[in-house]
Amino acid sequence: MLHTVNKSPFEHTALATCLTYARQGSAVLLIEDGVYAAAGDTAVSKQVQEALKRVSIYALKPDVEARGMQNRVMDGIRLVDYGGFVDLVAEHNAVQSWL
Amino acid sequence: MKFGVVVNEGPYTHQASDTAYQFVKAALAKGHEIYRVFFYHDGVNNGTRLTVPPQDDRNIVKRWSELAAQHKLDLVVCIAAAQRRGLMDKSEAKRNGKDADNLALGFRISGLGQLIEAGIQAERLVVFGD
Repeated sequence: MLHTVNKSPFEHTALATCLTYARQGSAVLLIEDGVYAAAGDTAVSKQVQEALKRVSIYALKPDVEARGMQNRVMDGIRLVDYGGFVDLVAEHNAVQSWL
Repeated sequence: MKFGVVVNEGPYTHQASDTAYQFVKAALAKGHEIYRVFFYHDGVNNGTRLTVPPQDDRNIVKRWSELAAQHKLDLVVCIAAAQRRGLMDKSEAKRNGKDADNLALGFRISGLGQLIEAGIQAERLVVFGD
């Protein structure tokens, strides 16, 4: 399953809830303010790195760039454009948006 | 592949509508089919043709209308959400005794059944909102 998270992890529990329910081998795509979770050296980066051992984590590149975050993305998090977003949706059997 | 898309937020208040638009555009560019875009809750505000954004800003409503014309998209606005927010087409305006209508080109007003049907007919349903 593909999970999308569009909330900053610093003001919302969407990412934490998503990571609690995401099964091994599923994918998480960070979009909109959700991309803040991709940054290293933050209060949640450890939690995100821990999650990377179980799930694939992607971040939407245009949203990362719009927030000036391109140099802060942690290793292991893959950047995708909108076409990549479409591919992820097609590759997984269902999409859960953690709104 | 057949995609269904749900938009739950209005234009200019939240990024959801922009993300949904970019997603739909990218999906079409890759040769996928967009079975339907369903506008629900504040998302119905994406369908008002009376919007006049500054000229140097994107025109979100017009952008949806143009994409719909180009790709014969089915843009459906939830009727109950639309009525609450003053969004109507000609026949709804007449039925409710209103003196104007404001539904943008390419949109149509229908019921929640259209969302359920999109969920059944499309192979993936992607929700954008807040």
